[in-house]
Amino acid sequence: MAGTALRGRLTWQNAKVAAVIRQTARAVTIVLDVPGWPGQRAGQHLDVRLTAEDGYRAERSYSIASAPGEPVAITVERLDDGEVSPYLTDELRAGDTLEVRGPIGGYFVWDPGKDRGPLLLVAGGSGIVPLRSILRHRERTGSTAPARLLYSSRSLAEVIYRDELDNDGAGVTVVYTLTRSQPPGWTGHAGRVDAALLAEVAWPVDGEPLAFVCGPTSFVETAAQDLVELGYQPGRVKTERFGATGGR
Amino acid sequence: MSPVSRGFHGRRRVPAQQAGRVPPGQYVTEDFPVLSAGPTPHTPTGNWTFSIRQGGSVRRSWDWLQMRALPAETVTADIHCVTRWSKLGTEWQAVSMDTLLDQVEHDARYVLAFCDGGYTTNLPLADVTGGRAWLAFGFDGQPLPAEHGGPARLLVPHLYFWKSAKWVRGLDLLDADQPGFWETYGYHRYGDPWREQRYAGD
Repeated sequence: MAGTALRGRLTWQNAKVAAVIRQTARAVTIVLDVPGWPGQRAGQHLDVRLTAEDGYRAERSYSIASAPGEPVAITVERLDDGEVSPYLTDELRAGDTLEVRGPIGGYFVWDPGKDRGPLLLVAGGSGIVPLRSILRHRERTGSTAPARLLYSSRSLAEVIYRDELDNDGAGVTVVYTLTRSQPPGWTGHAGRVDAALLAEVAWPVDGEPLAFVCGPTSFVETAAQDLVELGYQPGRVKTERFGATGGR
Repeated sequence: MSPVSRGFHGRRRVPAQQAGRVPPGQYVTEDFPVLSAGPTPHTPTGNWTFSIRQGGSVRRSWDWLQMRALPAETVTADIHCVTRWSKLGTEWQAVSMDTLLDQVEHDARYVLAFCDGGYTTNLPLADVTGGRAWLAFGFDGQPLPAEHGGPARLLVPHLYFWKSAKWVRGLDLLDADQPGFWETYGYHRYGDPWREQRYAGD
């Protein structure tokens, strides 16, 4: 059954926080040491559970930021009215223990052995996280699938993984659009992702591109719809939406 | 025994007046978040049908106007998404699944709901009959918006909300349970929020 996910129950496991790496003013990457972790696929997520002293618990799902074969890492952006994300971004330290279970999800997943065709990755804010896993997986497996990333961020300072993305290797094109503020001399795109920008950045449909769109609900609704109108097959536009609930 | 998360106090304890309405692991939201796989289909009601199929043939089908001519009711329900939000007291305009299924004689034990966009989800027949499931076409007195599953979606509020399939176009009557879209990706076959049946094996 090599390569087949023969899954039993997903049990909660104690994970040791190996490192907390600040990415931006609001986002951190949390590297976890999870004994017996079965390994993740590119694009999957995991569940985190916190327990207060009185036994109260809160659980949330977070996209995995690291590639298959790398230590498990999640990148979390602080939501000011959130319950779990401010704890993870502000309070958690290396050496702490978190309960996790996963990996979860088999739909928003890129498998270079199965999915041929150019990759179009469209990120809104922290929606970059699972797409970063896909890009790293592409790099690490030596995939020749060309990739384009369109990444919408409020400002340049809020771009997560910027150094890494700016140094992406052959076959990867990264296009930023900054929606709220642009630094002096900014020559890139400004404003929200719309049909015109997608038409400019997206692969032509005749190469059977595979699109992954991740971000807040309204962002994903619009971008996915625009791609369908450009002629993308709905079944080749994979989406992951963050509910704007302040829940994460 | 879960380890205590140092410095975590929690901010969303369920208020006493909502106790008993919020399943374990859920928090209450006032928003109506959207979670779907893939782009949102936009099927005009003029092209819409709802079909009950069995063994590859259509047993009964309704177009939009025929469906809307059936007795409808206002359903008030608490809904629970596997991503952990619950929304209390939602109000829907809907036709009972009993009304539709009563028009087809059959002895199926399971159904697989099918939808625009290719989404499917499986349910025991017992969970879509007996006044526990609806075909919903309105929300809060307005037509159901496409991003929330319009023109019509299943409403099965006693199970996690992925079972309340958006953009539903019919049911396949089955003798044996057959996993649907999320169920083949590791989500629970049944999905009872009160037993926290989120993933396979829960």
